[in-house]
Amino acid sequence: MRVVVDLTRCQGYGQCVFAAPEVFTMHGQEALLYDPDPSDEQRERVLRAKAACPVQAIYVDRLAAHVGGGRSQAYPGAGDGDGFKRSGRVVIVGASLAGLRAAMVLRREGFAGSLTLIGDETHEPYDRPPLSKQVLVGQVPLENTLLPRLADLDAEWLLGQRATGLDVTGKRVHLADGRQIGFDRLLIATGVRARPWPNEAEAALDGVCVLRTIEDATRLRQRLATGAGRVLVIGAGFAGSEVASVCRELDRPVTVAERGPSPLAGALGKVIGAIAGEMQREHGVDLRCGTTVTALEGDAEGRLRAARLSDGSTLEVETAVVALGAVRNVDWLEGAGLAAGVWGVGCDAGCRVFDINGLVTDDIFAAGDIARFPHPVYEYQFLALEHWGNAVAQAEIAAHNMVSDQTRRWAHLSLPVFWSSQFGVNIKSVGVPTFADEVMITQGSVAERRFVAVYGYRGRVTAAVTFDQAMWLEFYQRLIERAAPFPPDFDMVGRPAVMEPVPAEVPQRIGVAQGATVVVTGHDPGERRATLVRPQ
Amino acid sequence: MAETSIFDQILDYSHRPDPYSLYAELRKTPVLRWKDGGYVVSTYREIVALLHDPRISSIRPEDVGGGPPSAEEGLPGLPPAFIRRDPPDHDRLRRLAMRHFGPPHSPGRVEGMRDEVTEIVTDLIDAFEGGNQVDIVDEFAYPLPVTVICRLLGVPREDEPRFRGWAAAFVETLDPRAGEAAERRRTAAHAELGAYLNELADARLRQPSDDLLSGLVTGDGADGRMSREDLLSTAALLLVAGHETTVNLIANGMLTLLRHPDVLDRLRREPDLIDPLIEELLRYEPPVHMSPLRTALADIEIAGTTIPKGAHITLILAAADRDPDRFPDPDRFDPDREDKEHLGFGGGIHYCFGAPLARLETRFALSELVRRLENPRLVTDPPPYRQNPALRGPRHLLIEFDGVVRSPA
Repeated sequence: MRVVVDLTRCQGYGQCVFAAPEVFTMHGQEALLYDPDPSDEQRERVLRAKAACPVQAIYVDRLAAHVGGGRSQAYPGAGDGDGFKRSGRVVIVGASLAGLRAAMVLRREGFAGSLTLIGDETHEPYDRPPLSKQVLVGQVPLENTLLPRLADLDAEWLLGQRATGLDVTGKRVHLADGRQIGFDRLLIATGVRARPWPNEAEAALDGVCVLRTIEDATRLRQRLATGAGRVLVIGAGFAGSEVASVCRELDRPVTVAERGPSPLAGALGKVIGAIAGEMQREHGVDLRCGTTVTALEGDAEGRLRAARLSDGSTLEVETAVVALGAVRNVDWLEGAGLAAGVWGVGCDAGCRVFDINGLVTDDIFAAGDIARFPHPVYEYQFLALEHWGNAVAQAEIAAHNMVSDQTRRWAHLSLPVFWSSQFGVNIKSVGVPTFADEVMITQGSVAERRFVAVYGYRGRVTAAVTFDQAMWLEFYQRLIERAAPFPPDFDMVGRPAVMEPVPAEVPQRIGVAQGATVVVTGHDPGERRATLVRPQ
Repeated sequence: MAETSIFDQILDYSHRPDPYSLYAELRKTPVLRWKDGGYVVSTYREIVALLHDPRISSIRPEDVGGGPPSAEEGLPGLPPAFIRRDPPDHDRLRRLAMRHFGPPHSPGRVEGMRDEVTEIVTDLIDAFEGGNQVDIVDEFAYPLPVTVICRLLGVPREDEPRFRGWAAAFVETLDPRAGEAAERRRTAAHAELGAYLNELADARLRQPSDDLLSGLVTGDGADGRMSREDLLSTAALLLVAGHETTVNLIANGMLTLLRHPDVLDRLRREPDLIDPLIEELLRYEPPVHMSPLRTALADIEIAGTTIPKGAHITLILAAADRDPDRFPDPDRFDPDREDKEHLGFGGGIHYCFGAPLARLETRFALSELVRRLENPRLVTDPPPYRQNPALRGPRHLLIEFDGVVRSPA
């Protein structure tokens, strides 16, 4: 049986752990880890866990849905003026979470035409978040990460097939083997790949790893399970930090080299990143910030032996994990005439892709890590969100819009939410923490690693980050959606003795426009709207 | 005032058998101002928002200002238990208690009581043999959770007549109509129960066992150990909550099944239906209808109304779970319902501590009653109810049956 937990929704109630303690485990107070493919003898308990989940975040043999089950019927049906829903051709390029989710929603919305999924990986779609957590630590076997695949999806799967080009006028996708697949509507969901180590010769050394695919995880797991020496992690973003956490859990010595001032600074800013840095050091990580790796050295057999760091030191290591972020898979779109570039594929809030002139197309959609869309809450900046929850939500909206006429389309207005589990702490975020000038701890205790940090930009709340305090997150989400004043000045439970906003020290952003404020209303995609308030 | 009358009607004992039609009326005003400046909230989205709103305190209004309540009648006062505390105290005390009850430290504890619960259920039903009428409340739904919580905590079952009265005084104050006299009775009962548990705690300190009380007196973790006063409050809370609520869930469950014979038949044929059925039961006929009184720490704007700072707030969880804006056809009992995001155990940081145990007990209780009782039927419908509108359930539930299937030896 296949299990998916929507950890975007999970608040750490732990009811699933009570019901099926061999499948679900709590790492620390609220970081939930689980076996995505438990044995059938666990079935009864897993179903009990699913029933008991207070936020209904557990899915068995199906994929997570962003829309609440009880309300999905309430949405007006998609229009079907042109017969496309009956006999059209949809091609989805990218057969991972977003592609799979979109395919399922297309069928749910009554699309009866032909459906083709093209993916360059040979596997069935699998779930990536466990790869840097329960899989890497060895708690769950790799092959257990396959995503539920509906038998009745009735789609053609072209797996192990790389798309190499797109003919927008002729409405054809070109494949590496020379085939051309025609479409009426196309969804681009090719996502990202791990950014490789820039020096190709060094990157080829045995022991230099990245972590993105199931093969990457297999290799790294093998090295962590068998070796004993120090591991070097290059880059302390979420992936790098999670790998470092796993190394410590396995009692492996680990050095983390981070170019920036602290771990997670790129996502959470330096202030909160510094707390994550303290956590790393408390767990025995040799964390070196403001430090880069200048060279990786191999022996005669091409095996990694040492790494030179910009602080002048040399580390003897046989394993180095390159965690320098991601590269968007836009290469195949070169020359297609779409607004595609290193930042992703530009699209409108309804997931319709822009062409190179900024004109919106009608038949080409994008979703997931690769899509950049303007978010009204963040001054219509184009955001590309590499979050699990975004892939699910955006794919759902893209698919709905692919089979809906103009009056019934939805806008992708949900706030970004992501989570990370590291060093026994569950970190969750809502909003865009880098869209901030100040940050303030509003609840809990930094010393205990249980707190809520709220980010503000020009006097309004724009993001919140919780460390083991996920139950409060949705309160802050509403503050963001309502453009509530920052700093919050009301009394709260668990309020620290001192509440003082400090500069957030987030990475530089591009351009600051004099903008009006927008609030978001409604609960579900079908009713969500952005409304302008307090024009300045 | 006309607008206050609807909640007064709900509280009136005459409406205990069916408060739901009044809840529908109440939901027309999602945030209702009640007498004494208190506010009553009854719609799903608003209640979920407030359960996760840090501007709301759970400290008992008379305890605001800090410090334990004053000693009364010469008995030592005990601090409020974590259900009546706010973070960070709440979180710390709850974590300390959870250490011996659930994840991350004791994930298998409740599931490990499966055999014990089955045995107790079997014994209780065995005792029905030879008759053809039984009071499900007195002879089953009450003794089961009492026995279970006694074993879990390490409280002698034979002392039940002593703490039964104290427990009654506790839950009386959850009734929004409770006055100062009830509050005094609770304080006195709290102290007496505390003194009783204090002796037990001393005994466990001398000779620890594998029960929760022993865990609490001897336990040591990252959060340290509970003070003796907090320990006694916690144990008292678990003892009282451990049986005053589950009794309603089981009795409401049997009543609901007997009112839906098609579902009862299906459960007999499909025993796996029990898990989704219990969740639907928690939505449809929950044991706790209203949250304990909470207090606004700031002005809170919700559903077009501002609840002013300092106002008391009552959340009608059971009304929210019948909210048609959240659950289609909410007044239908439907164990196949896909969407089970009910508020039967509350939500947020005060989510029912004992929920997993209540589920376990109810699962075996209802499954076995349905499996073993031949042709069970209600003697009176509606049954007589307990006074309390917050912890709502039958006082007695008389049923007749043709026979009892023997349990496999």
